[in-house]
Order: sequence, then structure tokens, then C-alpha cells
Amino acid sequence: MSISLFIIYKVVLVVVVFLISLFIAMYSTYAERKVAAFMQDRLGPNRAGPFGILQPVADGVKMFMKEEIIPQVSNKFLFILGPSIAMFTSCITGAVVPWGTSLHIGGHEFALQVTDINIGILYVMAITSIGVYGIMIGGWASNNKYSLLGALRASSQMISYEIAMGLAIIALVMTTGTLSLKGIAAQQTGWHWNVFYQPLGFLIFLICAFAETNRTPFDLPESDSELIGGYHTEYSSMKLGFYLFAEYINMFISSAIMSTLYFGGYNMPFIGRLGLSPNLAAILGIVFLFAKIFFFIFFFMWVRWTVPRFRFDQLMNLGWKILIPLSIFNVAITGFFILLLHK
Amino acid sequence: MTVYLFIVLGVLAVLSALMVVFTKNPIHSILYLVLTFFAIAGEYVLLNAQFLAIVNIIVYAGAIMVLFLFVVMLLNLNKETEPHKSMLRKLIAVVAAGLLMVVLVGSLKGASNMSIQPFSHNTGLIENLGTVLFNDFLLPFEVSAILFLAAMVGAVMLGKKDIK
Repeated sequence: MSISLFIIYKVVLVVVVFLISLFIAMYSTYAERKVAAFMQDRLGPNRAGPFGILQPVADGVKMFMKEEIIPQVSNKFLFILGPSIAMFTSCITGAVVPWGTSLHIGGHEFALQVTDINIGILYVMAITSIGVYGIMIGGWASNNKYSLLGALRASSQMISYEIAMGLAIIALVMTTGTLSLKGIAAQQTGWHWNVFYQPLGFLIFLICAFAETNRTPFDLPESDSELIGGYHTEYSSMKLGFYLFAEYINMFISSAIMSTLYFGGYNMPFIGRLGLSPNLAAILGIVFLFAKIFFFIFFFMWVRWTVPRFRFDQLMNLGWKILIPLSIFNVAITGFFILLLHK
Repeated sequence: MTVYLFIVLGVLAVLSALMVVFTKNPIHSILYLVLTFFAIAGEYVLLNAQFLAIVNIIVYAGAIMVLFLFVVMLLNLNKETEPHKSMLRKLIAVVAAGLLMVVLVGSLKGASNMSIQPFSHNTGLIENLGTVLFNDFLLPFEVSAILFLAAMVGAVMLGKKDIK
């Protein structure tokens, strides 16, 4: 593959992944309201276009058109930096997710992954841990008590749940033997999905993913009944839009990561037996991955409209006193089984 | 290409490290320090030490600096509440920092004529790091792990409200 072709292919892939993330995040807002309506026996948005399908577009236009207010007392640069970091960090995680195997076009092999770094999972962890800066900086720069409280809650929650998440990943890495997401996805052919080897690890990871994306029941940083809007109280117009949008992109990306780590990624059990051409199988793989991702996105919404939020001390107790010991136990038991089965 | 990247990252690291000291606002100080860590992580990537780069970001930029930011935000430090330091204290601080620099320079002085393994494409990758850590340096590795555990237990003990 020549260098110019390589650059074109990577640029196209990056742009496509970026646009798909934005598109899915956009329609997640619509899906969220429809799911909420369904759970609460309402109709949901149905005015813009057929079934309200143009509602996200209308919302986006509204966000752009609204008056932008930057508080006089706040630090203007940091005030703008906050939502920018939040948006940036949620967009760059998609770079390491393997969206499919690879397409063969004109004698060249095009892997459907932007980059396969050999520490893929750790990259995801690092981006998650940087993501908290967007909320913290925005909350502090707003110079508002509610914003600051929301920011502090967000950061303490994310730091606490990162530990359990990291330990769950350690147990997973012990069974897979690689940190590369491509390698982990490729191992899970047939029924060898990691969720069967790491059920407890998956449960811990799932709970931590809810906490890291600030979704109900862990949405204390923006719990409107006590903190108005939490860290984005002072934000308006598209900066608020960025914060809300970043949450939906995070949800999409963490669904993709969960599908890849525990649910076989682009693999489907029966697909090897059909004898399809590699290109068709790769495209079907993308479809399967997205089916899994949509299921998890639905699951996020399902939980949001079913479970009430925690109190903050309950959240901290769950994180430090239950999840961390449980994940350490999971690491130990994984090590024990590896020793038992492989000698 | 990598030389230019090295220079850009190096200049960024040094400049932001200087800004950490010179800027008046503690929050800005911390954010500059985070920038320094990112520049250093970039240098690690140039040295093919991806694992070190990512761990640097996770541990320093992602955890420790967030805690710093956390504490500074809670304390709400600004110019008015800045404690006045006497001349003697400043002098002591300068001497202590100077001594630290002497130690650092002294330890790095002999490094140029140490024998190191030739650089290959898998230097610094995580497989090799794991092999080295769990074979050649197993005892220091475990000892430092116990050290961290002891520090953690100590922190929990200090954090307790009343010790029986």
C-alpha cells in the first residue's frame, strides 16, 4: 500500500468513525426520549417529521440559535475549554475500537480500525481518566456553587469507579493475554465470548461504565433536584449542547467497548459456518457489532427510566466497599483458575 | 521528523513546567502541570515506550492531578489568602531545591557511559516490560508493591476520625 493511499484510507476511516459517532449520539437523544415515553406510557416527540424523526435536527438548530451567555466573573478561557475537552475526549476513544475485521478492495487490505496500538485498553482507560477534566474545569470556571459541587461530585465519582473498572480489566486481560482491542475481539470467535469467562468482571465493568458516563443511577453530578444543572448550570447555547452531546457519545463508545471486550465485538457464533466471502462477512460483522451497541445503548436508557438515583454516600459505599473488594476477588479467582487449568 | 517532534514536545514540557512555577493562580499551575505530563508522555511515545506514556497519563494526569485540582478547588486559594512566607523560609526552599538538582545532575552524569541494550522495534513494549519486571526485577517490584500497600493502609488510618 502506497503512503498516499494509506493516508487517504486512514483519513476516510477517521472521518467516517467521527461522523457515525456524532450521528448515533444525535439519534440517541431522540431514542432516549422515545424510550422514556414508552416506559412512561406516553407518545414522546412526534411533531418534527414522521414519528418525530427530525427532532434531533430541530434540537440542534435550537442549541445553535440560543443566546450564548458567559458569566462575567468566570474565567473565559477555561469556561470554553471545559466543554471542548469533554467533547474531544469522548470523540477520540473511537480510534482504537475494531469496528470489523478488514475489507479487501483492489488487492489491498483495509482494516476497519483506525489504529491498533498494543495497549488499546489502557488507552481507553487513559482517555476516560482525562475526560473528568472537561467537567472539573467547566464546573470550576463557571464560578457557581452548584457547578462546583457538581464538578466535585463528578470527579470523585469517576476516580472512585475507575479503580474498580481497572481491576475488572486486569482480570479480563489475565484471560485474554493481550491488551490490544483487535486481539481481544479476534479471540472471541464462535461462542468464546469473554462474558462467559468473566461474568463477574462484566458486571463490575457495566456498573462502572454507568458511573463513568454519569448516567442514572449515577447521575449525581447533574442531579437537577438538588444541584439545578450540576456542572453545566451556567452553560448555555452550544457549549451546553457539547456537554450533553459528549454524554451521548460516551454512552455510544462505552457500549462499543463493552461489546468488544465482553460480547465478541464483530463476531457472531454462526457466521463462520455460512461460508461467506470475507468482505461480506466483514460487513455483516459491522452490522452485528452495531446491533450489540444499540442493545447496550437501549440498556443504558432502560436503566435510566427504571432505577432512581443513588444518594452520594451510597454511591461512594458501593464504589469503595463493594465493587473494589469484589473486583479484587475477581482478579484472585481468575488467577486461581488460570493456574488450575493451564498448570 | 521525530527530531522536530522531540524539540516541539521538549519546548512545550519546559515552558509549561516553568509556567507551573510562575503563574499566580494555583488552578492554572495545576493545568500547566497536566500539560507538562502530556508533553512528557509524548516524549515517551517517541521512545517507543507506549506503556509508560499511557501509564504516565493514567496515573499522573488522570488521577494525581485530578486530586490536586480537587483539593485546590475545595480550598479556594487565591491571592488574598496566600500565606506570607518569611525570607528565611524562601532561602531554605531555594537551598533544598538546589540540593535536589545537584542530586539529579549527579545521578544522570554517569548515565552517558552506561552500557544499554541496542534499540529495537520492540524496546519498551509491554510484553518485554512484563518479562523484565517479573523475571529480572521481581523482588524490587514486589517490594515496591508492598510499599504502596503500606502507604495505602497508612492513609486510611490517618483518614479515620478516631483511632481506638
